[in-house]
Amino acid sequence: MEDTYTILQIIARSWGALFMLVVFLGVIVFTLRPGSRRLHSDIANIPFRHDDRPAPEDAAQAKTRQFKEARQ
Amino acid sequence: MLDYVKLLILGLVAVGAAIAANYARDAAYLVHALLIMGAAAITFVVVLRQTDERRKPVSANEYMDGPVKAAAIATAFWGVVGFLAGTFIAFQLAYPVLNFDWAQGYLNFGRLRPLHTSAVIFAFGGNALIAASFYIVQRTSAVRLWGGNTAWFVFWGYQLFIVMAATGYLLGSTQGLEYAEPEWLTDLWLTIVWVAFLAVFMGTLLNRKEPHIYVANWFLLSFIVTVAMLHVVNNLQVPVSLFGSRSVPVMAGVQSAMTQWWYGHNAVGFFLTAGFLGMMYYFIPKQAERPVYSYKLSIIHFWALIFLYIWAGPHHLHYTALPDWASTLGMVFSIVLWMPSWGGMINGLMTLSGAWDKLRTDPVLRMMVTSVAFYGMSTFEGPMMSIRAVNSLSHYTDWTIGHVHSGALGWNGMITFGMLYYLFPKLWNKERLYSLRAVSWHYWLATIGIVLYAASMWVTGIMEGLMWREVDAQGFLVNSFADTVAAKFPMYVVRGLGGVLYLAGALIMAWNLYMTVRKAAVRRDAAFATPAE
Repeated sequence: MEDTYTILQIIARSWGALFMLVVFLGVIVFTLRPGSRRLHSDIANIPFRHDDRPAPEDAAQAKTRQFKEARQ
Repeated sequence: MLDYVKLLILGLVAVGAAIAANYARDAAYLVHALLIMGAAAITFVVVLRQTDERRKPVSANEYMDGPVKAAAIATAFWGVVGFLAGTFIAFQLAYPVLNFDWAQGYLNFGRLRPLHTSAVIFAFGGNALIAASFYIVQRTSAVRLWGGNTAWFVFWGYQLFIVMAATGYLLGSTQGLEYAEPEWLTDLWLTIVWVAFLAVFMGTLLNRKEPHIYVANWFLLSFIVTVAMLHVVNNLQVPVSLFGSRSVPVMAGVQSAMTQWWYGHNAVGFFLTAGFLGMMYYFIPKQAERPVYSYKLSIIHFWALIFLYIWAGPHHLHYTALPDWASTLGMVFSIVLWMPSWGGMINGLMTLSGAWDKLRTDPVLRMMVTSVAFYGMSTFEGPMMSIRAVNSLSHYTDWTIGHVHSGALGWNGMITFGMLYYLFPKLWNKERLYSLRAVSWHYWLATIGIVLYAASMWVTGIMEGLMWREVDAQGFLVNSFADTVAAKFPMYVVRGLGGVLYLAGALIMAWNLYMTVRKAAVRRDAAFATPAE
């Protein structure tokens, strides 16, 4: 029976390291996926909207907001 | 009803702190207990005055900019304080007589040094990050800050932390861990404030009206989460007494050293890098009036930093009791980090493509671009210094201090100045800054100050490293430590002068920002003038 440290470090340096690498590469591949260009250029323009005041609430949100205020 | 609960808690805290002050075992604890008592008493009065009063309804149709304004002012204030402390201790090193006899044990270099580092990193940088987080998360989520007055609690709670840390240093209360000097009581308080900070930030993100989370928020969120984790783990200490500031660390020896530099380097990585990159990804596009060069690159920049930075700490412990494999691991990850760092730098700089002419007319943008250039320079220098062979020359010398300051003054300082110059007219509804000429003056004073600082520290650091390792034909060391100290004198004076220039620039900024609020013309399309939709 090995001690906890040994068990953990064996997992960390094999499957753990591989898992991290695969997730990391997966993130890059997902970021570079074809068809994401329009989405990303939309996100990149977020700072240029709503500079002075928050987005107006739509009807559904306004309803729940009222409910929340009533509860206070 | 909630107000009565608050009053009860505040009253108990004030009385408890008064009792603790009575039993205090040391001066630092006494001062801290009195500070907590005072803060609780003041808050008690503030809450009492609004209890059962009619309150103005909070409009969800407006951003909550009060805490942002307060944090922006605090940034400028603590910046000047921190730079002043730094310049003073630089001259203390050059002229030891400045360690006054009458202030021995309070204002000597050893006490003031952590005051300087904490003032610039946690007070100046921390307030800048609070201002940036609260400002950016609202604008990019298109909602008001979550949690009502919790944001105010975060701001004032953080100022209390700063004052507790600073007074503790002067009175000799320290854990002896670099950048984690405050003792257990101050640490616990910061933990509470930080959890509130996280709650406000996360709550706002969860409420967001934009379907996606803008990349600046990812960086800021990672900064908040990681700093919480680092702070808790590196401050695992058992207080000796409930009424004293001393505590005993849970970890000892090389484990403690490794944890400390895991903390220390990731404080650089997530406090001074990730957090400030959040600023970069918002304020540079805003000031240049064009979106970030490549959004894909910014995502990859983010995840690469997250995956790599956390491993880089052991490069602080080359040639120590730390196993070689661990310090090699730290070194390799530090070198790999060079790539995402430069990817981020290129992304920041290229955001200006097609708008480079703005650099000629806009000193604020020039400041931001210079800060990104310094980000690139110090993230090149850092990995190089983490290589074991280079480290054997650079470690323990002034080269390290030069490196830290090219990053801190160049990257963190300049991007923060840029942010303040952007935020002040915006927050106070002004047409423009009071004086662009003053910004130019600030820019050149700061830049020349950094050059003097970095250049003198390179020279003195490499000289010192070479003198330490110089041996004669018989294999005896040629120089004593005192020889290196004597040889460093001229460079120490130059470094101090660099600090004076940088401080002068910051004073000009403080004046310019003050005049902007007082005198500059009001913005015509100001938000409050437009009717609500």
